[in-house]
Amino acid sequence: MRWGVAVFPGSCDDDDVVYCLRNVLGQDVRTLWHKDAFDGSCDGVVLPGGFSFGDYLRAGAMARFAPVMQGIIEFAQAGGLVLGICNGFQILCESGLLPGTLTRNASLRFVCRRVLLRVEDNSSPFTRLTRPGELLEMPVKHGEGCYYADSTTLTELRDNRQVLLRYSNAKGEACDTANPNGSVDGIAGLCNRGRNVFGLMPHPEDAAETMLGGVSGLKIFSSMIAEIRNGCGA
Amino acid sequence: MLVKVFVTLKEGVLDPQGKAVQNSLQSLGFGLVQDVRVGKYLELQLDVAGAADATEQARRMCEKLLANPVIEDYRFEVAE
Repeated sequence: MRWGVAVFPGSCDDDDVVYCLRNVLGQDVRTLWHKDAFDGSCDGVVLPGGFSFGDYLRAGAMARFAPVMQGIIEFAQAGGLVLGICNGFQILCESGLLPGTLTRNASLRFVCRRVLLRVEDNSSPFTRLTRPGELLEMPVKHGEGCYYADSTTLTELRDNRQVLLRYSNAKGEACDTANPNGSVDGIAGLCNRGRNVFGLMPHPEDAAETMLGGVSGLKIFSSMIAEIRNGCGA
Repeated sequence: MLVKVFVTLKEGVLDPQGKAVQNSLQSLGFGLVQDVRVGKYLELQLDVAGAADATEQARRMCEKLLANPVIEDYRFEVAE
């Protein structure tokens, strides 16, 4: 499977994603520089974490207009698999590929810790190797990860089963104390209606080896690989 | 031509930053403060023919980049 990992000025988790895909999962990976056009010749695209364009104005607001994003938006609209992690999630929201937006953490503090995530739905290319209710453990590290959408959008997200991951405690309860940033409904990750674009604040690429404390994150990438192998992707 | 742009949070959108400022003001003795909302202020210097053009260009900039319609409203003033 051929992967493209976008690199913007201020991206800082691009190398982690490349390492995870190439060294841990043996995938064919290339980076997509923000100034270059993207011709869509990949099976999957990852928008990595970081602080693209310094997070100036709003996180992800300027990356959305980078030349590479034009091709990535067309790739997504044509059904290609796009995964946005952290700042990548923010870029997907700013670009309109995902509904809602991400705002300052309710605590106003940068949060950096491991969180538990409850799988809400496994009928997506990103969660197909998980079970509903399964708990995944991954780190979060962000200052602006508070997901917000208006009530109409939230109803649509529920009706279309677009929320794939919620912050959870060890009992599998999506309660406020398990929510690191104040996200509405404890939403940690959601997909678009077409289920080919997925954004999440936690970092699956940093939960990809036992020595990093766990391998839960591999399930996200492995699900995508399984999806492509079955010929369901772009 | 100078355009002054004000970007503010929509009603109903939580503003933890505003709450923190409100708490600080109250702890400084400004007990009269009932609510604080923090927004953004931008000054744009535009090379345009007149106020009508400045208005149209500023509106397009706000719609496309300067405000996020999911959580923000905007207004602007064209200064001579």
